[in-house]
Amino acid sequence: MTGELVFGFYIFLLAAFVGYQVISGVPPLLHTPLMSATNAISGISLVGSIVAAGAHYNTVSTALGFIAVTAATINVVGGFVITDRMLRMFKKRERRRS
Amino acid sequence: MTAALVQALYLAASVLFILGLRGLTSPESARRGMVLAEIGMLLAIVGTLLHHDIVSYEWIIIGFVLGSAIGTAMGLLIPMTKMPERIALSHAFGGLAAALVGVSEYYRHGTELGSVTMAAIGFEVLLGALTFTGSLMAFGKLQGLITGIPVTYAGQNASNISLVVVAIAILIALVAEPAWATLFYMVLGLGFLLGVLIVLPIGGADMPVVISLLNSYAGLAAAATGFVLANNVLIIAGALDGASGFVLSIIMSKAMNRSFTNILFGAFGKVDEAAATAVVGRGGAAVNEGSDAEAATVLADAQSVIVVPGYGMAVAQAQHAVRDLAQVLERNGTTVKYAIHPVAGRMPGHMNVLLAEADVPYDQLFDLDDINEEFAKTDVALVVGANDVVNPAAKTNPGSPIYGMPVLNVDEARAVIVLKRSMNPGFAGIENELFVRPNTMMVFGDAKQMLTRITAALKP
Repeated sequence: MTGELVFGFYIFLLAAFVGYQVISGVPPLLHTPLMSATNAISGISLVGSIVAAGAHYNTVSTALGFIAVTAATINVVGGFVITDRMLRMFKKRERRRS
Repeated sequence: MTAALVQALYLAASVLFILGLRGLTSPESARRGMVLAEIGMLLAIVGTLLHHDIVSYEWIIIGFVLGSAIGTAMGLLIPMTKMPERIALSHAFGGLAAALVGVSEYYRHGTELGSVTMAAIGFEVLLGALTFTGSLMAFGKLQGLITGIPVTYAGQNASNISLVVVAIAILIALVAEPAWATLFYMVLGLGFLLGVLIVLPIGGADMPVVISLLNSYAGLAAAATGFVLANNVLIIAGALDGASGFVLSIIMSKAMNRSFTNILFGAFGKVDEAAATAVVGRGGAAVNEGSDAEAATVLADAQSVIVVPGYGMAVAQAQHAVRDLAQVLERNGTTVKYAIHPVAGRMPGHMNVLLAEADVPYDQLFDLDDINEEFAKTDVALVVGANDVVNPAAKTNPGSPIYGMPVLNVDEARAVIVLKRSMNPGFAGIENELFVRPNTMMVFGDAKQMLTRITAALKP
């Protein structure tokens, strides 16, 4: 158990460092798409909710799991849809308007 | 065999998430990056569906269908001007999902939980609940359902801090005695309460920081879920999200020259009264009011114009009108650039998204540091609904609550035109001496309407 925890912290810290580095390179121009993209990615808690909703541990777990699956799916699908919608809008100048 | 496959899928998903975020380093690679992240998400979900505990799929599928329908509808229908509200809501959903998974885990294992897992569940539930109500509060403030003015009362900070201490103390007791369910639900309840209380004193102008901070909390809650379920892809994705919110919070608070603690515990608005009256008391300098026709004349003679958008542009939905004006000016041979302050609007990057929506090419959008020296060489600075981010008091008046905040040097331009609804001070409640300077022309009215009239006057 302790070994697993230490291992988890390794992963957490290394991922946080990578995240810090990568995200520091994102220009302010794209900060809103960044937020909605990380929103979508954090919908990964779906992974936990799916098991709770499908495992039939007990009624309460199933119900909570179902609500969590719905909430997380809204984030994943909505997050990616809206990020793409935003990114499609960012255009470079088409060689000087005449 | 399945376990190895699941782990391989999770690993691939983690790598794809990082590559996807890396794509956001430039607008050209951003969309491709998002496709990678989407594939990553798909792999993670497929991997999870193979989990041996799952015996039936009906609730999962109903959840998928329902969530996808709501998510797609929200994604496609929400106007760009409502983006801060949408982001706040999705933080709320993320927090809720994490908190519910935590409750479900506790309900299932309760007494048999080891202290480590119990601590992780405690954090997950506390952070998830706090993110949920905090984000709903932020949403309510943005939407105008709750007053955007900071709500403060005596002993607010002391009581908030003691609540945090109490929550942590209960959490520690719970780790020692996981079977004590009352404590667990107290942590959950305190989480909900703290979210409300922490966001209550925060004003509209501080929203970009709060939204970033909630983004970070949502990520940390997801990472805590990962610790609870010993699931690495959850830990990694949560850490990435947490880091992202953290980086944005730092950028935002730097752009306001304020520390985290100052934003969370020093509600804007109440300290300002003395400073604000001091400026007004300076003889109430005359405002140089101009009509849209006069503004058009000034703009017609300009060689260079820098547009400074603010939250007022979002409120008036004036981004298309701004673009139209810029096009007419460019046709007249005027160079047009946009100066974007990091905290203009209600969330990081708010102005960029709105202008992009109006087809303004992104190479015309400049950050504070890149454009601030150009104001001195510019004929006209056109301020559209921005206030605090162009207030020269931040540079000159040590008594001002925003003193030291980096601001756009709009006052250095040869002429300044300010489009504003009225002389009401901004969210921070601070008077802006830019508005009474001799080279500033104030054009009062709805920004969109005024811009349209100015554009019409400039057309040959």
